[in-house]
Amino acid sequence: MPLIEVRDLKTYFYTEDGVVRAVDGVDFTIEPEKTLGIVGESGCGKSVTALSIMGLVQSPPGKIEGGEILYHRDGKVTDLTTLNPKGREMRSIRGNEIAMIFQEPMTSLNPVYTIGNQIMEAIILHQQLRKKKAHAKAIEMLQAVGIPLPEQRVDEYPHQLSGGMRQRAMIAMALSCNPSLLIADEPTTALDVTIQAQVLELMNALRQEFKAAIQFITHNLGVIARMADDVVVMYLGRIVEGASVEEVFHNPKHPYTQGLMNSIPSLASRKERLVPIKGVVPDPFEVPAGCGFEPRCPHAMEICKTQIPPLKDVTPGHQAACWLYS
Amino acid sequence: MPSDNILLEVKHLKKFFPVRKGVLRRVVAQVKAVDDVDMYIKEGETLGLVGESGCGKTTAGRTILRLIEPTGGEILFRSKKLAAAGEEYRIVNIATASRRALKALRRDMQIIFQDPYSSLNPRMTVGSIVGEPLLVHGISRGSEREDRVRELLGAVGLKPDHMKRYPHEFSGGQRQRIGIARALALDPQLIVADEPVSALDVSIQAQVLNLLEDLQGEFGLTYLFIAHDLSVVRHISDRVAVMYLGKIVELVETEQLFTDPRHPYTEALMSAVPVPDPDYKVERILLEGDVPSPVNPPSGCYFHPRCRYAKEICSQELPLYRDLGGEHFVTCHFADALRLQPVRTG
Repeated sequence: MPLIEVRDLKTYFYTEDGVVRAVDGVDFTIEPEKTLGIVGESGCGKSVTALSIMGLVQSPPGKIEGGEILYHRDGKVTDLTTLNPKGREMRSIRGNEIAMIFQEPMTSLNPVYTIGNQIMEAIILHQQLRKKKAHAKAIEMLQAVGIPLPEQRVDEYPHQLSGGMRQRAMIAMALSCNPSLLIADEPTTALDVTIQAQVLELMNALRQEFKAAIQFITHNLGVIARMADDVVVMYLGRIVEGASVEEVFHNPKHPYTQGLMNSIPSLASRKERLVPIKGVVPDPFEVPAGCGFEPRCPHAMEICKTQIPPLKDVTPGHQAACWLYS
Repeated sequence: MPSDNILLEVKHLKKFFPVRKGVLRRVVAQVKAVDDVDMYIKEGETLGLVGESGCGKTTAGRTILRLIEPTGGEILFRSKKLAAAGEEYRIVNIATASRRALKALRRDMQIIFQDPYSSLNPRMTVGSIVGEPLLVHGISRGSEREDRVRELLGAVGLKPDHMKRYPHEFSGGQRQRIGIARALALDPQLIVADEPVSALDVSIQAQVLNLLEDLQGEFGLTYLFIAHDLSVVRHISDRVAVMYLGKIVELVETEQLFTDPRHPYTEALMSAVPVPDPDYKVERILLEGDVPSPVNPPSGCYFHPRCRYAKEICSQELPLYRDLGGEHFVTCHFADALRLQPVRTG
């Protein structure tokens, strides 16, 4: 039984300059206790997908225009898109059963409250603990994420912590209510590589301890390879490929995924020459009529210009949206 | 200088920033951003300068160009443009050069910045941005300048009619190309590239890296390539310097660094990089804690509180920056004895 099933999700933004189809028909499932990696470049819709699940798409200008987000719990199925984002039910899910950590820990923590107060807020709200117990729980969480001297740190303000420590505090806050899904949106992008390694290690350890599923969003293919069980690759608001992490890296099917793999320099092997993807991501107001990747694709055919390829199985369990495979 | 194909040599370079406190703005401490750095760059090579945020790599790059005044040390540059008649070149100390000499030297050394959004004036057309160095140095005027700008735009893969446009009309990758064209305008010998691809998406990163390599071959450029991404540095550099807390901890030819690292920090840094291969397994060396403050660095070796091989001497004596042989420079007491984990290649 999956934990989250996203079906044909469409999230559009109505701006003065026109409609941006940030997420335009996306399907994927998240299994309990598994990590799903979502990879893509800026503007591909990976963050908006996460915000749609959280009911945090700002409206206006944003709106979920179609599709379902089916959330399975205790044998019941709830479609999150039908809930009022500000209503009682969504608020009892958000931050409690589905929690999120963001890229920039400095801007997503409130600078005028102590770390402890911010962790306690979620605990008191969702678990109805008394202040004293919540304070103890906050210390316990800080300990769990490896912050030294948690009794002291709990009463400090965000600016007193380093970037890595702030991200740990964010993780502590997100995990404080034992969520079944943790959405991590570029959680290590702002961190130095040695600190990133610490945080990734921590997330892997906590995943086992807290038994949460993780939706891990990043543009960094190296991080995805280390963290994910399954991967979906997004381009221009659509999923172009989805498979297990081994399949995506060793046997990429979609020309965009192949292009990404060829264009990154690797630490482990020295390439004489990088093979970039030609051109740039199209303007969001002028997306191609057919396949979004067609203008940059080395294998583009006539059909690609006019018809959007469906996402379907190329081999069992390995999906790609490309006319090459039909 | 060790050999005569050395374009730039830096000796004991120091840059300290004062920390002031109180009403009298008294100097209470120094941030040792660049702390006794020695290195040289050979003509036509790419020297990668890598390290985590706050290690002083950007300050080092800017001090070398004297965009920031050095606190101490020498920056010897072998200038062709300042050579007198009959001389092939002249060695100039940038650190003490006069304003006039410095202006002339700017024609030899240029910089490419990280952020293609803030480093281009939004009110100037691309033509005037790229042509400004020519104007400032009185090199060409009128239609001659326009021709040169067209030529430069062509060299970086932009179109001549882009001249009349403004920076906001371009994507991040194209803006970085404009910045590169500007740096090339004066036909420099040395270009300091400060994180030139880290603000770009991966598919665009490769385009700009390839462009930098092509231009190097075409114009005989020498690069000081500053970056935090070890994979990028490995790809583009001939030699790599690793910085930690204002000091170079290791400097050697690129392949040597990745196959035979001699400093524990290099080892830890390499093992921390996530490799895009789910089967890639190395022993991950997790450094504990954060980089210490450069205001108050640890005693002895700056890396010893986080080093898993640290012995007593490491907390007492600062190790010397020395050549292990074959131009493999390391700042570690035990560089000869340690057997460190290389990057697994395959």
